[in-house]
Amino acid sequence: MRKVIMGNHALSYGALLARSQVIAAYPITPQTQVVELLSEMCADKRLDAKFIKVESEHSAMAACIAASAAGARTFTATSAQGLALMHELLHWASGGRHPVVMGNINRSMAPGWSIWTDQNDSLSQRDTGWMQYYCSSNQEVLDTVIQAFKVSEQLLIPSMILLDAFALSHTYEVVDIPEQKEIDAYLPPFKPQIRLTPSEPRAFGGLTSSEHYFELRYKLQKDMEMAPALIEETGAAWEKKFGRWMGLVEDYKCAGADLVFVTSGTAGYTARVAVDELRKEGIKAGNIRVKVFRPFPFERIREIAGKAAKVAVVDRNMSYGCHGIFHQEVKSALYSGDVHPPVFGFVAGLGGRDITLDSFREIAAHTLSHKRPEDDIVWIGVKK
Amino acid sequence: MTKTKTMKLTLPQDELMSCGHLACQGCGATLAMRYMLKALGQKTVLCIPACCWAVIDGAYPHSSLDVPIYHCAFETAASTASGVKAGLDMVGETDVTVVAWAGDGGTFDIGLQALSGTAERNDDVIYVCYDNEAYMNTGIQRSSATPYGAWTTTTPVKHFKTRPKKDIVAIMAAHRIPYIATASVSHPEDFYKKMIKARDIKGTRFFHVFAPCPTGWKSRPEDSVKLARMAVQNGLFPLYEITDGENWTLNLKLKDKKPIIDYIRLQGRFRHLGETELQAMQDEVDRKWNKLLKNCGAT
Ligand SMILES: Cc1ncc(C[n+]2csc(CCOP(=O)(O)OP(=O)(O)O)c2C)c(N)n1
Ligand code: SF4
Repeated sequence: MRKVIMGNHALSYGALLARSQVIAAYPITPQTQVVELLSEMCADKRLDAKFIKVESEHSAMAACIAASAAGARTFTATSAQGLALMHELLHWASGGRHPVVMGNINRSMAPGWSIWTDQNDSLSQRDTGWMQYYCSSNQEVLDTVIQAFKVSEQLLIPSMILLDAFALSHTYEVVDIPEQKEIDAYLPPFKPQIRLTPSEPRAFGGLTSSEHYFELRYKLQKDMEMAPALIEETGAAWEKKFGRWMGLVEDYKCAGADLVFVTSGTAGYTARVAVDELRKEGIKAGNIRVKVFRPFPFERIREIAGKAAKVAVVDRNMSYGCHGIFHQEVKSALYSGDVHPPVFGFVAGLGGRDITLDSFREIAAHTLSHKRPEDDIVWIGVKK
Repeated sequence: MTKTKTMKLTLPQDELMSCGHLACQGCGATLAMRYMLKALGQKTVLCIPACCWAVIDGAYPHSSLDVPIYHCAFETAASTASGVKAGLDMVGETDVTVVAWAGDGGTFDIGLQALSGTAERNDDVIYVCYDNEAYMNTGIQRSSATPYGAWTTTTPVKHFKTRPKKDIVAIMAAHRIPYIATASVSHPEDFYKKMIKARDIKGTRFFHVFAPCPTGWKSRPEDSVKLARMAVQNGLFPLYEITDGENWTLNLKLKDKKPIIDYIRLQGRFRHLGETELQAMQDEVDRKWNKLLKNCGAT
């Protein structure tokens, strides 16, 4: 069924089609519509799930983790301050190996209060052991929820699905909503081998000495290392069935490019238009859209960006006292490769300021006119 | 011929708690757990946040309890229990009693928000707070359950606690949940009976259990049960129940309520107190006791 829906509702439909069993969530702008629609779906029994109307995001994540431990498929959604409040529990989810799936609407962190988009909320959580998927269209949001459950439940690692506030969360697009039976055939029910049940009493997450803790974390990393291949494989099966791309990074006209942008989120689609425009003007540009940030697709970045003459990373985030975060990761990916094209770092669009075609023109002009980067951060559109 | 009197054992002999746990000698919290599990039986899931019990249970891969445990974050006992209950219901295990089991710090302080949320929703879980009147796991710091006058490492002798203990039961009663009970490790039959009753009620049920801690109270391990009994008998920790937030029942009437001084004298944490402070403590106990009698319609 094709339907015009907003990005937030694409998350809700994804959670519905995945047959989520327990949902616990707390409202925050710009996430509210995700859970409003889900609570309606639960109320009118379109979705057979328990909806726990918790009193905070902290409790939302605690309840999702607990329900997951009991063997149920769980979903929640939040944004910015809500995600930050969950921080401790994010570690609990990944450390406890509970495949919770969560939508997070990328909203700038306060103060000053802002409801507009940037990625500092989710990137602040990059070391919590969650997989992170940055989406660029409503269709991709819906498709990714289902993929995320599939990958998460095989690896027992939780997943976060990221949408730019308003640019995606509140934008209406045509979305193909697959039939329930098609999804059922693709995504089996969640049946963990070990779960919280009186028939097999076990203590989960108890006191762990240095004799054991290290190995548990080693296993988490080893399983995370299996994720890139699994995500590509899961995505390929999806593409075969539904004809839509799913994978780690989207390569747009990068072969033989003089200049490759590295982008994520909605800026990733603006970049594609910019590439087409620049090519009309004779500049051989390309775009890498990083969809999956954790696990970071090092190999794919090396394969694609490594062949470009120059790389321009566009960050809608900032690691204060360092550089843009994607910039750091792209550089670290390329350093261990054989070729080292110059990598320029641009910070743009914090607090929801638009990243436009002109922003990309400016980024291209700067990159092409400099042999090597002179600064680690080039600010785009900041009033200095 | 004179008849020999034998004691009648009214608690089941089944044990779901084994030896080898890591509690200090004389720990009241272990007795509380043991009695609760005798009542609830095998079909129980425990949610235990950071507290002494997170350690007492034993280190990975061992556990001293024969029921499943989810060790959760300090402030999440209640919301974890809500989640476990929802999850078990969804996988078809609807006949399991889900228990949040937390210390006074995890209940009165950091976990109060989640507890209030669970109670307001009336989620179908039992919440048990074993109260040892301080943060014992981190080395005896004050909590809002620490009584007036007590020494802790953050209320040292010269700056002992000057605020009264928070009235958690009144807070829970204000939520109008179906069942609230106090219990003491000195009165296992009373505790057991109340647990059985709670097991068969739906909705949020709250237990406030008095659990002496020799390590934190600077008392002798062999005095734990005695101290608990004294607290009940001098009205410092009365045994009562509240149904639907407003029907109060006193379970143990005190014919002659004893002064608290003997109870105080057995504990090093009150050693520094002079006459004035002890009188203030006695006054507070009397005030609360009279208020309780009024609530129970027993005046
Ligand atoms: C968020 C967080 N803050 C602090 C701690 C440290 N901490 C662990 S147990 C504890 C005190 C627990 O006290 P209480 O709930 O009274 O239980 P008891 O130790 O007395 O059994 C504290 C402060 C923690 N684990 N998590
Ligand atoms: S410190 Fe107190 S509550 Fe903790 S285990 Fe020891 S006796 Fe029990």
